[in-house]
Amino acid sequence: MSKLLMLGDEAIAQGAIDGGLSGIYAYPGTPSTEIMEFVQVSKQAADLNIHRQWSANEKTAMESAIGMSYAGKRAMVCFKHVGLNVAADAFMNAAVTGVNGGLIVVSADDPSMHSSQNEQDSRFYAKFAMIPILEPANQQECYDMAYYGFELSEKLNVPVMLRITTRLAHSRADVLRKEIKKQNDIKLPSDPRQFVLLPAIARKNYKNLLLNQPSMEMESEKSAFNSYIQGTNTDMGIIATGIAYNYLMENYPDRKCPYPIVKVSQYPLPKKQITELYNTCKSIMVLEEGYPIVEEMIKGYLNVGKPIHGRLDGTLPRDGELNPNIVAKALGFTVTEGQPVPSIVKQRPPSLCQGCGHRDVYEDLNEALKEYGTGRVFADIGCYTLGALPPFNAINSCVDMGASITMAKGAADAGLVPAVAVIGDSTFTHSGMTGLLDAVVENSPITVIISDNSTTGMTGGQTSSAHGRIVEICKGLGVHPDHIKVMTPLKKFHEENVRIMKEELAYQGVSVLIPQRECIQTFARRKKEEKKESND
Amino acid sequence: MKNDIILAGVGGQGILSIAAAIGLAAVNNKLYIKQSEVHGMSQRGGDVQSHLRISDAPIASDLIPAGKADLIISVEPMEALRYLPWLSAEGWVVTNTVPFNNIPDYPQTEEILANVKKVKNHIAIDAEAIAKQAGSARAMNIVMLGAASLFLDIPFERIEEGIRQLFGKKGNDVVELNLKALRAGREFSEKNR
Repeated sequence: MSKLLMLGDEAIAQGAIDGGLSGIYAYPGTPSTEIMEFVQVSKQAADLNIHRQWSANEKTAMESAIGMSYAGKRAMVCFKHVGLNVAADAFMNAAVTGVNGGLIVVSADDPSMHSSQNEQDSRFYAKFAMIPILEPANQQECYDMAYYGFELSEKLNVPVMLRITTRLAHSRADVLRKEIKKQNDIKLPSDPRQFVLLPAIARKNYKNLLLNQPSMEMESEKSAFNSYIQGTNTDMGIIATGIAYNYLMENYPDRKCPYPIVKVSQYPLPKKQITELYNTCKSIMVLEEGYPIVEEMIKGYLNVGKPIHGRLDGTLPRDGELNPNIVAKALGFTVTEGQPVPSIVKQRPPSLCQGCGHRDVYEDLNEALKEYGTGRVFADIGCYTLGALPPFNAINSCVDMGASITMAKGAADAGLVPAVAVIGDSTFTHSGMTGLLDAVVENSPITVIISDNSTTGMTGGQTSSAHGRIVEICKGLGVHPDHIKVMTPLKKFHEENVRIMKEELAYQGVSVLIPQRECIQTFARRKKEEKKESND
Repeated sequence: MKNDIILAGVGGQGILSIAAAIGLAAVNNKLYIKQSEVHGMSQRGGDVQSHLRISDAPIASDLIPAGKADLIISVEPMEALRYLPWLSAEGWVVTNTVPFNNIPDYPQTEEILANVKKVKNHIAIDAEAIAKQAGSARAMNIVMLGAASLFLDIPFERIEEGIRQLFGKKGNDVVELNLKALRAGREFSEKNR
């Protein structure tokens, strides 16, 4: 098989396809988006008729994947770390139901919050659910783990988490493919009640999950992804998980580290190797990308054993992603930086594109809200969150997907009237609809602006489940048709839009305003493709 | 042999096309490669960078350590300066001189260029003008690639081959235009190094 230059995300996708994948389910989120995108453009996936459409949110994606596993086929579900919060109910219970066809849950963490609102570490979720984790160190392992993960899942009868972080997701390197495996045939679970989590059945399944733990540990101990690497200097032993292993080795150009190392890429932790390292060395250093979860486990609450170094004792920073320099300092090497950044270099934060419809929406809204004063706009997750920055300074919150509507409702309940929600089309169908129903039920005095650019913009323009459905959804949820207003966010309609906004802000009930204009990026791409087609 | 390269620019300027061309050339030359990119929020007009590492031996880290980069290729002059802590003492800065001004407090261009000239090894090139001469302002990134190619341990023919592969689908005219832009960039560096 030929070598390919692939992003970590792409390698996961190819590994899954070659490993017998029948369906992938996902909601876009940096840094996980390119996994689904790769499968969507893969000719091989099309020929194999692999399911590869976006879901409305991470929970529906997770549940669909469980359903495919129930039917005996191999399924993968992908999202960013905070997406796992949305999918958590289904995720936790999938560990109790167990699987039929192999099930891989890819959770892509974003330490340093390059494109996220927190840097939570998904490994805690896997530990919470008591399932194995695969944490690749490089693109080849991304491929191999996606390929092998289905088998592991079927063997242990649990979903397997594949945990990556931004750096690996978005870095390219050579990947060598393996032989293509056939998809599973449809096959119902041998126990028809396996997926029925009635208390009596759940208690039985849960006991099985507990009994299954030693097998998971044994799999880790014999896994080729975990290794004990001998060293000559036993003053210290190093545990390096996932991509942290690369940063460690970067500091030894001949790739010979004097300290013994346990490279961990499969969890639960391989107890045999960790114990050997602990018994052999005078102290332990833990290098891990994310929270100090391994460090905490080794250290224990009382911290009475040998010295353990890592993020908790300040040997490495407590937050943010690792890099070769941070690891070098922890190892006692001197880091020689180049020249400092000249003082004239200014910050260049991201901003809304020129010509973007969200810009007009904020200009209209700021004008309409003048008489009420600032501090009453609850926004959401998407490009329009950039409305928090100058020149707009237009929003006062961004917490989680869908929170704009429900926070506006809560603030209105407290007496902050009018309260405004700003949410995008894709975010609205992701998690905004149920909140709008709450507001309708109580006829809360809120104005909801669904800024509809007909795509999932921030992640690069994926299909939005909301497309062409927003008005009908709002009507269906019970918003009065007189207070659902579609408008066009363009300069020439500024005065008219401001007038409509003012009217609805004054209305003592639920209004939904839908400024509708295609994302400038997808528009440009579409025009280019149309031109190309007409030239062909 | 190793080339550690930082590609810099502003989201939307297309620095990844330069990375793709060098990547292809490296793969054709049977070299190891790791290339980390920025996706997501910063792509909306923020500062973006890509770490591109090429070597004849396996590469460990996806990120270049500080003070170890051999080359900074920047399609925007202020962005070239942002990554100076990564540049090694003998490293080269190859930067476009045309500013991309999308912030309210963008410094004076003269000030920026004065700082570029303080770097021991630098090439400051008006890639836009040279690209226009070659036939299209859109070939600006390829002019930059040509200017930087002088400092890569990859034979120039391999880079030309990479361009042919990248643009082959778009027809011979596009290929020729980009090869012209590539050579013009390289010529500038040969004369001004």
